[in-house]
Amino acid sequence: MIRALLLAAFAVLLVSLGAGCGEGPTKIVFWHAYRGDEEAALIKLTKDYEAEHKVTVELLSVPFDAYAAKLEAAVPHAHGPDAFIDAHERLGSHLQNKLVAPIGDALPEKDVASFEPVSMKAITIANVRYAVPLSEKCIALYLNEDLVPKTPRTIEELAALPVPKGSYPIVYEAGTPFYHAPFLSAFGAGMLTADGQFGMVGPGAEDSLRLVAGWQKNGLLPEEPSGALVKELFSTGKANAAISGPWLAGDLGSMKFRVEPLPLVGKTGQRMRPLLTVEGAFLTPGGSKREDVRAFVRYLGGKQASIVRATVGKQVVANKQAWEEPALQKDNVLLAFHAAAKDAEPMPTSTAMRATWVPAQEAIRKVLRGDAEPKAALEEARARFLDALKPPPPPPSPTPLFLVCGLVLAGLAFLMVKRVREPGFRAELRRGRGAYAYVLHAAAIVLLLVVLPLVVGALTSFFAGTRDQPQYVGLSNYTSILTARGGDLLGHGSFYLTLLVTVLWTICNIALHVGIGVLLGVLLSRQWLKLRAIYRVLLIIPWAVPNYVTSLAWKGMFHRQFGAINAILKALGAEPVSFFSHWSTAFAANVATNVWLGFPFMMVVTLGALTSIPKEVLEAAEVDGATRWQRFRHVTLPLLLPNMLPAVVLGTVWTFNMFNVVFLVSGGEPDGTTDILVSEAYRWAFTRNSQYGYAAAYAVIIMGLLFVMTRMLGRLTPKDVEKGEH
Amino acid sequence: MERTPSLAERVVVNAVVLVFVVFALYPVLWVISLSLSGGGMGEGGSVLPIPHDPSLANFKMVLGGDDPQKTWLFGRQLANSLLVSVLTAAVAIAIATPCAYALARFRFVGKEAGLRTLLVTQMFPTVASAVPLYLLLDALGLLDSRLGLTLVYATTAVPFAIFQLRGAFESIPVDLEEAAMVDGASRFEAFVRVVLPAARPAISVTALFAFMSAWNEFILAATLLSRESAFTLPVVLQRYVGEHDAQWGAFAAGAIIVSAPVMLLFYVAQRQLVSGLTAGGVKG
Repeated sequence: MIRALLLAAFAVLLVSLGAGCGEGPTKIVFWHAYRGDEEAALIKLTKDYEAEHKVTVELLSVPFDAYAAKLEAAVPHAHGPDAFIDAHERLGSHLQNKLVAPIGDALPEKDVASFEPVSMKAITIANVRYAVPLSEKCIALYLNEDLVPKTPRTIEELAALPVPKGSYPIVYEAGTPFYHAPFLSAFGAGMLTADGQFGMVGPGAEDSLRLVAGWQKNGLLPEEPSGALVKELFSTGKANAAISGPWLAGDLGSMKFRVEPLPLVGKTGQRMRPLLTVEGAFLTPGGSKREDVRAFVRYLGGKQASIVRATVGKQVVANKQAWEEPALQKDNVLLAFHAAAKDAEPMPTSTAMRATWVPAQEAIRKVLRGDAEPKAALEEARARFLDALKPPPPPPSPTPLFLVCGLVLAGLAFLMVKRVREPGFRAELRRGRGAYAYVLHAAAIVLLLVVLPLVVGALTSFFAGTRDQPQYVGLSNYTSILTARGGDLLGHGSFYLTLLVTVLWTICNIALHVGIGVLLGVLLSRQWLKLRAIYRVLLIIPWAVPNYVTSLAWKGMFHRQFGAINAILKALGAEPVSFFSHWSTAFAANVATNVWLGFPFMMVVTLGALTSIPKEVLEAAEVDGATRWQRFRHVTLPLLLPNMLPAVVLGTVWTFNMFNVVFLVSGGEPDGTTDILVSEAYRWAFTRNSQYGYAAAYAVIIMGLLFVMTRMLGRLTPKDVEKGEH
Repeated sequence: MERTPSLAERVVVNAVVLVFVVFALYPVLWVISLSLSGGGMGEGGSVLPIPHDPSLANFKMVLGGDDPQKTWLFGRQLANSLLVSVLTAAVAIAIATPCAYALARFRFVGKEAGLRTLLVTQMFPTVASAVPLYLLLDALGLLDSRLGLTLVYATTAVPFAIFQLRGAFESIPVDLEEAAMVDGASRFEAFVRVVLPAARPAISVTALFAFMSAWNEFILAATLLSRESAFTLPVVLQRYVGEHDAQWGAFAAGAIIVSAPVMLLFYVAQRQLVSGLTAGGVKG
């Protein structure tokens, strides 16, 4: 009781500490995901504005990876900003989640004419305008001035220019739909049709893939190109040309290059039209009610602010009047991107667009690798797109759910009653009273901050649709997962196939984690090993360096052409391996990375556990004439393992749900086959039309599976002897 | 005590350990090379990670060049990270130790159910419980506060801490406490004075684990915190990855800066971790 009161007092204290900052009426909270020059320009503009008006503007730069999630969490609960910068293509989703409000008099009728028509189109849905357009981003053609003095008329001519060995006529992220989209448009296709259907079908789309796959086959494109590789090849003169966005220019230093709009595709005679992203300043529902916020947003899009954003932030601004400024007329890169944007296609705002990326990417990469014909790959992609957008079933009667829940509750109640009526239960309860003083605070805080969110999360699995308008669907998320969405039970992306991969993934990882961890722990506990303190520190490095960057370093090391592992293989006289084209090597790459990340933890746990083995026991065994191996096998190991069991069991559970490594290293390649269950859940939540309920159902199933698995494991190991009970 | 090993044994043991040291260091060398040059992610096409055109520009940028308002932001964010991580470790240990002790030593109603619940919480992927957690912190008034973040991190680390410490307490002979209690100590005093010191290695492992889980986390931190001056370092680093491109060189430089304190901490703390090996030789 006293503990509970103390806890409550503690909570009150925390609340008062947390709510320290007061809020004046004239503070504007403004979020963005800018950095570098763009951020500098925004800060300058804000300062200027604050000096002229009686307001303070609080800027917050949020990492892009967390931006959407943060907006979706904060805005509906009035903790969001008053206004924020985002790309127009997320407007559909933002509207669905009620994160934005119409722009109102921040973009009055008389301002409309001063913005590029294409950017106005992008931020308008059903004749309502939702943002002040700030800048336009699309890709264009970078040419190395020394290598390509005269621009070829068509992309085919560009690709046919002779290059020395180890160089490329053209580099771009060929396996990414965003970069393939201009090819699609030149062949009369697109990512999404006007009526929201998958647009990458038909002879045009197939021809576009055939063109690029032909280049890849003939070695005209680098393999597995990432943004970093494109930058590296182009900036070191190993590529005549690159297709990239304005972000590349800042990294080219003193290199001589020029930028032009994308050329024609010779085969069709059509221009390659890139996808256009318009970044705008949006108002949240709260912010839209405030005149000062609207005024600030209007100012950001105005002529003077646009000139600053263009000159300081290197932005292709959407305000036409700003381009009259002489300083802008001298910047050839900006002018080129400005010209390219005029001809670009604004990205669709519908939420269906988000469901196109992954199927399209899988299809493009499959064709580039030569694993599939364009027609078959695209048909498959369309089927996956349709599957992801399948509307939720009609609301069923809640009876089956109530029945299941009722049965579970009745079962639990029965067990509890049975327990309570056991002879001696009361005495046991009384005897254990002393123990509750030790566990109560932990139980309370875990129930509140861990169990409660978990239960609420699990409950969403009975719903479909958006967070704002959830639709009750009973158990259909579960039945749909467990029946592999009506497809082949072991087909692509089916629950059972993914489960198989996940189990294999877990077994490989845990075996290696524990094996290496115990080996190193035992070796490093030797007193005579002079350097052991240094060794230990060096060996925990994989754990100490943030794993986001190391996972990506591993991915780079596995690169087919430029990776260190293939360089080592080549030095040893072996053939280079294309790691992410085959399931087995891609899986091995994931395992290698995760083993590297995870063994230090097991090593540290082993070091800690070894301390509990009394020296006398080992010495006694030695006196008895046991060999070193016998001593390890029959004395150390049996004493070590029970101590390590918690770490091993939890390590198994964590590995089962280790999403980061799979996502960052193989990304599911080839063709989503190395995905594990939790990355499937993630895809449903974030790339397939935000089906949070479906993802939650995955999470609940994963939990159920792990529960059964650990129970089975518990049966296998002998019940540990209960020591010291009173 | 330990006999002197043969030369062959010395060589083999050192060789095996060195192989793993190379395995551990090689990818990190790529990260270091990247931080000094700013090229691709280990895509140099060579065996040895040699930075081309080495410079410290990335480090300068991370440490303050990217701080247009010159407010020692990086220093403050480093302090935030340290504060949150150390507090996380302390709170997690404080919450978990008594509970783990009770689970190791007492029999009480609800023990099995509690243990099972703890395990189950670890099985649920966080992808589905992040939003409810946000709402809960909002209701508690702990949004956008480092204390709230600490509390969340600590509670996520608590289940592991309880399991780990329970195992350690179980392996400590119960006679030690009984002897203390015969000498007039209460149960709680025996726990604090006898059991806790004996479990120091396990407590160090657990504290290190809790510290690390807080030190590297960025999604929750970025979602829950809304002031730049309250951000932790992983959030700041993650800003170098944009939608279309990333400044890998700066990210790598930041990652190295972020991992240095951890290695220092570990170097100092490893004595605690293995103290049982040297000190535990002779027992009462």
